[in-house]
Amino acid sequence: MGHAPTTPTRKLTDAEARLAEIFATQQSAGAPQLAKLRTAAFDAFSRTGLPNRRDEAWKYTDLRALLRDVKPLATPPEDSAKQSAQNAAVLAGVATRRIVFVGGYFVPGLSDLGDLETGLSVMSLSGALAKGDAATTAQIGKVGKVDDPAFALNTAFMGEGVVIRVGAGACIDRPIQLVFVAGAQPATYFLRSLVIVEKGARATLIESFEGETTQEYHVNAATEVVLESGASLERLKISREGAAAMHVSTFVASLAADAQLSDFGFNLGGGVLRNQSFIALNEPGAHAALRGANILKDKEHADATLFLDHAAERSESKALFKSVLDNSSQAVFQGKILVRPGAQKTDARMMARTLLLSEGAQAYCKPELEIFADDVQCAHGSTVGALDENLIFYLMARGICQAEAQSLLTEAFVGEVIDAVEKRSVREALTALVSERLRLRQ
Amino acid sequence: MTALLEIRDLKAEIAGKQILNGYDLTVNAGEVHAIMGPNGSGKSTLSYVLSGRPGYTITEGQALLAGADLSQMSVDERAAAGLFLAFQYPLEVPGVATMTFLRAALNAQRKKRGEEEMSSPDLIKRVKELAKILDMDMEMLRRPVNVGFSGGEKKRAETLQMMLLEPKLCILDETDSGLDIDALKVVSNGVNQLRSKDRGIVVITHYQRLLDYITPDVVHVQSAGRIVRTGGKELALELEETGYARYQAEAA
Ligand SMILES: Nc1ncnc2c1ncn2[C@@H]1O[C@H](COP(=O)(O)OP(=O)(O)OP(=O)(O)O)[C@@H](O)[C@H]1O
Ligand SMILES: [Mg+2]
Repeated sequence: MGHAPTTPTRKLTDAEARLAEIFATQQSAGAPQLAKLRTAAFDAFSRTGLPNRRDEAWKYTDLRALLRDVKPLATPPEDSAKQSAQNAAVLAGVATRRIVFVGGYFVPGLSDLGDLETGLSVMSLSGALAKGDAATTAQIGKVGKVDDPAFALNTAFMGEGVVIRVGAGACIDRPIQLVFVAGAQPATYFLRSLVIVEKGARATLIESFEGETTQEYHVNAATEVVLESGASLERLKISREGAAAMHVSTFVASLAADAQLSDFGFNLGGGVLRNQSFIALNEPGAHAALRGANILKDKEHADATLFLDHAAERSESKALFKSVLDNSSQAVFQGKILVRPGAQKTDARMMARTLLLSEGAQAYCKPELEIFADDVQCAHGSTVGALDENLIFYLMARGICQAEAQSLLTEAFVGEVIDAVEKRSVREALTALVSERLRLRQ
Repeated sequence: MTALLEIRDLKAEIAGKQILNGYDLTVNAGEVHAIMGPNGSGKSTLSYVLSGRPGYTITEGQALLAGADLSQMSVDERAAAGLFLAFQYPLEVPGVATMTFLRAALNAQRKKRGEEEMSSPDLIKRVKELAKILDMDMEMLRRPVNVGFSGGEKKRAETLQMMLLEPKLCILDETDSGLDIDALKVVSNGVNQLRSKDRGIVVITHYQRLLDYITPDVVHVQSAGRIVRTGGKELALELEETGYARYQAEAA
C-alpha cells in the first residue's frame, strides 16, 4: 500500500488543523528525550492526515468523518473525579494489582504498587521518563514497524501509561490491571504503555476502560509489548466506554522464539471502538491467540483490525472474534495474515462469528491472506446468523421466558471466547459483565 | 371435576399442511395413557401443538390444561402451568451448563407460580438424587445441556428434567426409543415414581415392551391425525400381533 501521496491541495479538516495547533504548542512540554520521536510521528501523521474510508485498513471506520472536533488534551483531574473512580466496576471483585488512571492521569493514591513480586517492575510512563529510564526511551515506539496514522498520533501526543518489565523467568500470578476511567470533562486521552516480558517470564495484563454514558471524550490508547523467547503474556482489554465516547486503540506486539501471546478484547459499550493489533511473530515457534467479543447495541460501532505478520518457521496464530449485535449496531472484523518467505509450517486461522439480534444490525468481515511460503496452513471463515429458534423453543418448553432463553443462548455464544481466559476468577467476572450487558437490552 | 387435559375436535397444521384432523382426548389426573400409531400419524405433532412450538397452528378445536386454554399461553407459561414434553429428539444446547439450565428452568417456573425459588445447594442435592435414580453420572451433568450425549443418555436427561420439574402433565414422546434394556427399566422406574393421583402421564410409544414397565390405564391408537381406537392395556398386545394396517385403511 505505502503512503498515500501527499495532497497539498486537500484542505485540512477542522480536527486535523486543531491537532497541528495543539502539537505546535505542546512542543516545549514533557520529556525532552521523546521530542524527536514525537516530531517524526507527527510528520508521518501529517503526510496522510486522518485515515478515511479510502484507506483499506480503515475502510469501515472513517476516522476523518467521525472525528469532527478534537477535545482538549486532558488536564489533571479534580478530586471529585478521583473519588468517583473508586467505583470503577470492571473486574472490581477480582484480586488484581490495580493501577488507576483518571482522566488520563496516574492516580498513585488509588493504585497498588506496593510489594511488587520479585522480578516485576511497574512505573508510570511519566515516572519512567522523569527518571531518565534509558530502556524506556530505547524501546518505546520501536517495538514494531507500524505505519498507521492513529498510532502515529498516539506517539506524537503520548501522555500517561505504564512501563512494565517482567524479569527473566519471573512468573507473576496476580494480574496487573490498568484501570482507565474517563474524567468529568470532555477531553482527549492519549495513553501509552510499554510491557516487556523477558525470557521465560509470564504475566497477565488487563486494561479496562470505563466512562460515563453522557460524557463526550476520545481515547487514543496504545500498548507495545515485547515478548522475549519463551515468554508468555495473557492480555485482556475490556472497553466499557460511554455511548458518546470514541475509542481507538493500537496493540503492537513482537514475539521471539516460542513466545506465547493470548490476547482478548471485550467491547461492552462505546460509541465508536476500534482495536487494531499488529502482531509480529518474528522467531520460530511463536504463538499468538487473538480473541474478541463485541456486545453492541443502539448505534455502537466496533472495529477489530488485525495484522498478523508471520516471519518465522512454525509460528502459529489463531483468531476468534464473536459479535452480538442488537439494534443498528455494527461490527467490523478485518484480519490480514502475512506469511513471509521462509516462514514454513506457519499455521494461521481466523474466524469471525456474528449473532444478529436485530435486522438493523450489520457485520462486515474482510479477511486477507498474503502468503509467500508453500508449506503453510492458513484458513479463515465467517458466519452471520440469528439465534436458533429450535433451541429457544426447547428452553421455553422448560419454563424459561423468551428473553431469558435468548440471553442464555447469547451468553453461550460469547462463552466460547471467555472460556479461553486462563484464570477462573477473571472468567467468572467476565461472564457476569457480559450477562449484565446482555440483560440491559431488556 | 375438570379433566387435566381435554382435547376437543382439535385441528392443527404445519406449513399449511393439516396434520391433526379432529383430535379428541381426555386425560384425568391420576391416569396414564399410551398413544400408539404408525410413523407420520402426527403423534409428535400433537405434542408440539400442546407445548406451543412455533410453526404449529391450531385451526379448529381446543386444548385445555386443567380447564385453561393452552392456545392463550406462551410456551413458557404452558410449562409453568404444568405441561412437560419429553422430546423425541432432545436438543443439544452448546455452551449452556446443565446446572445453569436446570436452575433457570425450575426457578422460572416457580417464580411464575408465585412459589419460592430453590437454592443452589438444594438444587444440586436434588439433581444428585435424581441422577442416582436414573443411574446417570454426575460428570455428565457438568457438561453443557445434552452436548455429546448418546441417544439413550439424552432420554435419561429428559427424564431427569421431568422429575426435577414435577409437572402436572407429562408427555413422553418415544422416550423408550434408543434405550437399551437396562436403561428402559431405569427410566421406567423414574417415570413410575412420578405416578400420582394429581398427575397425568401420556406416553407415546411404538413398543408394547415399555408398557410392561409403565402400565397404562388407557391405550389409544392414533392414525392420520386422530384417535381411531381406545381400549385397555390389552389393546397394545393386540397391536403387537396385528399391526396398524386395518387402522390405516380405516383412516384413509
Ligand atoms: N415442518 C413440516 N412441514 C411439513 N410437514 C411436516 C413438518 N413436520 C412434520 N411434518 C409431517 O407431519 C406428519 C406427522 O409427523 P409427526 O412427526 O407428528 O409423526 P409421528 O407420528 O410423531 O411419527 P414417528 O412415529 O415417526 O415419530 C408427517 O407426515 C410429517 O412429514
Ligand atoms: Mg414422532
